[in-house]
Formats: sequence, structure tokens, C-alpha cells
Amino acid sequence: MEKFVTLTSRAIPLSIENIDTDQIIPARFLKATSKAGFGENLFRDWRFNKDGSENKDFALNQDIYEGKILVAGDNFGCGSSREHAAWALTDYGFKVIVSSYFADIFKGNALNNGLLPIQVSPETLKKLLKTIKKDPETELVINLEKQYLTIEGTDVKESFEIDAYKKMCMMNGYDDIDFLVSNKDKIEAFEASRTF
Amino acid sequence: MSKTLFDKVWDSHVVDEVKDGPQILYIDKHLIHEVTSPQAFAELEERNIPLFRKDQIVATADHNVPTKDQHLPIQDLLSKKQVEMLTENCKKHDVTLYGLGHPYQGIVHVMAPELGITQPGMTMVCGDSHTSTHGAFGTIAFGIGTSQVAQVFASQCLLLSKPKSMRISVNGKLKKGVLPKDVILYIIAKLGTNSGTGYFAEYAGDVFENMSMEGRMTVCNMSIEMGARGGMIAPDETTFEYVKGREFAPKGAEFEKKIAYWKTLPTDADAVFDKEYSFDAEDIEPMVTYGTNPGMGIKISENIPSKDDVSFEKSLEYMGFQKGEKLLGKTINYVFIGSCTNSRIEDFRIAADYIKGKQKAANVNALIVPGSQQVAKQIKEEGIQDIFEAAGFEIRQSGCSACLGMNEDKIPAGEYCVSTSNRNFEGRQGQGARTILASPLVAAATAISGKIVDVSEEIEELELV
Repeated sequence: MEKFVTLTSRAIPLSIENIDTDQIIPARFLKATSKAGFGENLFRDWRFNKDGSENKDFALNQDIYEGKILVAGDNFGCGSSREHAAWALTDYGFKVIVSSYFADIFKGNALNNGLLPIQVSPETLKKLLKTIKKDPETELVINLEKQYLTIEGTDVKESFEIDAYKKMCMMNGYDDIDFLVSNKDKIEAFEASRTF
Repeated sequence: MSKTLFDKVWDSHVVDEVKDGPQILYIDKHLIHEVTSPQAFAELEERNIPLFRKDQIVATADHNVPTKDQHLPIQDLLSKKQVEMLTENCKKHDVTLYGLGHPYQGIVHVMAPELGITQPGMTMVCGDSHTSTHGAFGTIAFGIGTSQVAQVFASQCLLLSKPKSMRISVNGKLKKGVLPKDVILYIIAKLGTNSGTGYFAEYAGDVFENMSMEGRMTVCNMSIEMGARGGMIAPDETTFEYVKGREFAPKGAEFEKKIAYWKTLPTDADAVFDKEYSFDAEDIEPMVTYGTNPGMGIKISENIPSKDDVSFEKSLEYMGFQKGEKLLGKTINYVFIGSCTNSRIEDFRIAADYIKGKQKAANVNALIVPGSQQVAKQIKEEGIQDIFEAAGFEIRQSGCSACLGMNEDKIPAGEYCVSTSNRNFEGRQGQGARTILASPLVAAATAISGKIVDVSEEIEELELV
């Protein structure tokens, strides 16, 4: 997993609520047996029209927007547990997703892939979306170590929560497998101690 | 200290705690399938880590398998490759696999309970969000991502922070024709799709106490649709009776010992939940959804609400519905009875009870997909298959099928499908398909009349509802 400490980047606004993982990556694209290449079909049915042409109204297709940060509506990542959603977002180039709410499984999957989910207040989310739409060249600054998000030169600054252990993993590029395997003795002792 | 059912099961599985961090939670049973496991096997192989407890893993092929001619090679090459890879991985790592053609094959959340793999007091995971289904047994069961599948492969454990607890009580007597599916659709419509995020739910009250195991599984299955990682129901005599005698259930004195333990699991009388909700059974009616998330549900006789909100309007536009409109009387060309929510024997018994002696409407394509080979066998033996066939329904072989359209079973763009599945997301049943979630009874009635009808007027003579 890649390390994440700070990021300064422009952002793409997607003001749709309840974006489920079926929209992020439709089920028909889940047939790959490796983690690579899912970005091609990220938001497939929103990015492309029925005839296969690009949907020019969709934010990811608008030339004015670019960046490694996706700013999305409330309850992002609900639905299916498919980690392919996190793989599609990272493969497309996103490093951070900002929303006012994340579904549990998605949040865990994102963190396990070095994709940082940042939960902000609904007011800040509204402000971010408005600011980016008004000036698409706006840059967001993310500092994981100090746990804040800001747009320099504005009053937009918010601190965010992250589990201390997960923060350590993100900042060092560690994942859970190494940690769990290193606890094998404890796990075996637990197994031996069980009565049920 | 007083504990909830969730506390008791969770706390008894904690191996250790990371300082200022998550807990190491031990997992008793790990279910896997073809779609979310290949990258996890690959991860382990890349790191040269062996499977830690292969005997606690059970695999089946369900998500992308065809539901026709399962004895022939899979036509879709990508699906074929995924299924072959599962077979190969299971062989290589010596994991039990109920693959295509095996008498135990089926949707992972139908197959495991019917084989007695699912038991009260366990922790269970699967790379599938509807793993919450198994909570019906008083089990902590939840969906995980593929990285976590690899973690369980490597250590039989997960690193997790303990979720908060919520209790949803429904008391009273359900009206005739109101099924477990209506109860959970009603709860999600009331609470919304993210009300349960960060929580584990317990369903309590006499409505759930009086429900069959099949009904309880339908309810727990959709816990994730309100954002809850899982939902549980306290084990009781109904649970013990269901588990008893099943293939992998404990037997004899061992079973008696287990029952004594399972009886200690229900929530203590004075235990406190972080959040509580309570509903009257009498207020629940047959439900249908009108939008593109499972929280957008109404009583079948109600009108679509009016709301000035961009996401809400986008959703109605996708569905081709207007604010304030009624769904009753809408022409429906597709009906799907299946999925891990409603493809168990009881679901088909209820549908057949209604359909008996009737004919499906000429405009309707009605698909019946049993949740497992065992359910398929049972519907044949009970004569239910004959009833469906005589009524013009098409009966297929077991799998996830049109719930998520990973195989050939898709609903065409623009068409409405009254479906017993769990998600009405955009494109879920096929690109452009419009899903209306409902109970097996409402689905059966839709197939017969070719439009959405209020079943409550014509079910007096039915035995099973």
C-alpha cells in the first residue's frame, strides 16, 4: 500500500447523494480476477450514454474539473461490499473521497487500499461543492498527520476523525495482514482457551 | 454488567485489543464465492502466507453462474474463468467447495443455513454485504471486502472497532398478507438507508419471535440496506428446531450442550442499547419501492411522496415515475422471485399458494430462481414446481441470477421488474432496468395480473399468509 501523508490537489464535485457501489462499479464488471483496470469502468453508466459516447454532463467528463479528490454527496459507498469500488476509484487516480457520510464497508475497503475517506459536516460539504463549482481550479489541502482539510485563503478548514491505528497504517503504507499474522500466537492461544 | 445479544457474541470472540485501536475479532466461519475471493487468494500467494484454518472456510459458486443448463460449460468466458479459478483455488488450498452440479450448491446465504453451517453464537463473514442474513440465528455475521477476505484467510481474524448497538422492536399482530419482507421494507422506509451505519441491529418483539427462520433471514438479510453491518435475532426454540438434524449441526449430547449455551445468549432484560426504535405491527402493510434505494418504499396503496430534492428527482426520473403518483395499476412486464432475500422454500410455498389454479398475465415474464439445489429439489417434491409451471412461470436453477444480473438473467432497459430481491439501485438488474422491491406474495400477484395490485383484498382464502 502507498503511503499517505499530505495531498494538495484540485477536486471533482459529484453532488449526488447515496452513491452506491453498484454505480461506482456495476456488477457486470466484477468478473476480473486481478485488482487492476477497474478505473476504466468507474461510474460506467453515468459516464457513458447508452450508445457508448461520453456523457458530457457528468462531472468526471467535464474538462474544467480534474484532481485526485472526489467530493461527493451524503452516504457515499452504500450497498454491496465489493472492494472493486475502492479499486476502481484508486485505479482512476483518486486518493481522497470527501463526503458528509460514508457507508461502513466502503470506508473499511477504502482504508485498506490507501484511499482516504474524509467525513466533513454537511455545511462544509455544501461549501466545498459550491466553491469547486464556482472555481474549478480551487485546490484542497489534506493533512492526514494533523487531520484537517482546508482551502487556503478561505474560511474552509475542518478537522476530520480517523482511527489512530488506521492513520498509522495509511501514513506508513502498512496493512492489516502483517499485523494479524504477527499475532498468530495470541490467536492460537485464544482457540485453545475456548469452551464454545 | 448487563449485556446485549450482540455484546455476548462479540465479547466472546475478542482475541486481543490494539492500544487506542481496533480489536482482533476471531471468526468462526468464513464463506467464500467466486467474485470476491480470487484477489484474496492471489494476495496470500504473493506474500507466501498459507491459509490459517482451511476447515473453517466453505465455498460455493453463486454470483455469476448461469441458471440454465448448469451441467454444460459456462458460456460467458469471464464468468467461466472466475468459477474455474474458485475451483482451482479451493483445490490448491484444500477448501470445501460446493460448486456447480453439487447437491449443496446455492446462494451462499441460503446454502449455509440449510446445511447447519450457520449456528447461534458464531461469528461469520463473507465477501458479500448480505452476510447479515445469518444474524437470524443470533450470529454476528457481516459482509467484508476482499482485503478482509485475505486477512481471514491468513489469520481467521479481523481488526475491527466494536460497532454501536441499536434495537428495533416491532410488537403486535401482522395483518394478513404482510410478510417479513414487508416488515423490513417498512423499517428501512421509516429509518432511511444510513440510519444503521456504524451499528449492529437487534430485531426484537413478538413479530420476530413469531416469525419462521426463513422470515427472520429475510429481515436480517436487508439490515445492510439501512447501513447496519448486521442484524440479529435472539435464538429461541424456533432456531434450535431449525438447526437440529441439519448436515453440519452438532448432534446428540453435543447439540444439547450447545442449546444450553445458546439459551444464555439473548439480551439481558436491563441491557442498554445506543439507539432504540419501536413500531406497531398493525401499521405495516404490503410494501413496494418507487425509487432507486431500498429506503424509498411506500405502502402499496399509498402515493409516491413529493420532495424537492435533486437526488430524489433524479431517482424518480430514472424510474419514470411522477411525484404524488400511485403505483397501483402500473403495468409490469417482469417478475423475479429469487435472491438471498427471498428464495427459500417458504417464499415459494407462499407464492405457489397464491398462484395455484391461476395463470400469469400474457405480458409478464415470470422468473422463479430457487436459492439452492436443495430448495429446487424441495419445490419439485412438494409439487410447487408443477403449480408454477402450470401458471406459466419459468423455473431456473439456483444462483444469484437477476438480483444483480451478473449472469445472463437481466431485465431489459426501461422495463419494470417487481422483484423479491434486496436492491433497487440504478442498473442493478441490468442497465436501465427499473426495480420495484416487494414480497413474494406481491410479486406473485403482479405476475398474475400483469400490474401492481393490492393483494390484501383477495387473500382471505390463503392458508399460508
